[in-house]
Amino acid sequence: MTVHTTTSHACETCPLGTNAQLIRLGINVEGWNYVVALAGNPNTGKSTVFNALTGLRQHTGNWPGKTVTRAEGGFLYQDERFKLVDLPGTYSLLSSSLDEEVARDFILFGQPDVTVIVVDATRLERNLNLVLQILEITDRVVVCLNLVDEAERHGMTVDDRALARDLGVPVIPTVARRGEGIPELLAAIHEVASGAYKARPHRINNHNPALAQAIDTLAAQIEARFEGLPNARWVAMRLLDGDERILEAVRSGELGILARGAQPVGSALQQEAA
Amino acid sequence: METRTLDTLSRHQTAVVTALHSDGAERRRMMDLGIVPGTAIRVEMVSPLGDPVAYLVRGSVVALRREQAAKIEITLQPAEETQP
Repeated sequence: MTVHTTTSHACETCPLGTNAQLIRLGINVEGWNYVVALAGNPNTGKSTVFNALTGLRQHTGNWPGKTVTRAEGGFLYQDERFKLVDLPGTYSLLSSSLDEEVARDFILFGQPDVTVIVVDATRLERNLNLVLQILEITDRVVVCLNLVDEAERHGMTVDDRALARDLGVPVIPTVARRGEGIPELLAAIHEVASGAYKARPHRINNHNPALAQAIDTLAAQIEARFEGLPNARWVAMRLLDGDERILEAVRSGELGILARGAQPVGSALQQEAA
Repeated sequence: METRTLDTLSRHQTAVVTALHSDGAERRRMMDLGIVPGTAIRVEMVSPLGDPVAYLVRGSVVALRREQAAKIEITLQPAEETQP
């Protein structure tokens, strides 16, 4: 039928209409243009998203409290090579379990071009905790609102556009298991990676005046000491909270390496995993 | 309203968290799991030996040990909202 043919032609040229522009590279991650981190709570379908994007079928599992091995894969989209790093599932970046440190160190020190946060649409409230924490560190974020089919089965509809407006970053509804929403997710990752999308990340700013002043003072000193550090305010807040790991990074000058951007991506993570 | 700790809540009862008496990493962990003052919490399942207990919090099920639950202060919901 002619209508059918027209549709498929249109789909071939529309950046959203097809997966045809996606070439899964499996474990071949050499010569990448962008690094994409995949974060999220446990059991939100991160690995399913990872597999959908890379074409890999299995990846290294991780067990809480044991040595954590990261999974890496690659894909080609719109002539750009992306390296995808699957991080351990965590509820937070602030506790001191090894998984959370691995995830946090990669987002902070690995400086990915985009961090995709996979959230469970059926447990959105709890998942948003991690989203807000990551938005404190970086604004180069895409939220992948996964399992929307399960949410619908439970009679829930998530207003993804309102959520995107409130968070200030793209929110893409997906059913990763069936590949639904993956083309839109790819387009969003590409837009954020290339800088075409300007994020206006939601940041919590209702600190009391004394705390706000302490953060300002400390952040200014951190910025002076580590020139070019992208998230001095976040570091200041962690120091005020007595975060040993960040304290150590300031003392040892590891933070300075981050500021200069000289550290190869993922080396902080490798140290953790070793 | 009666104030007590979460470990004294019986099966299918619902309460509201009023305070966390843990500190450091454990307190942080509770907060990361969505257990903060004002959160509704319900006993969903009890293991055969009575410890740990599975609680329903913000649409997710979380298992806590008795000693962890004992550090969470709660207030009981009005009678009509608790299930028998």
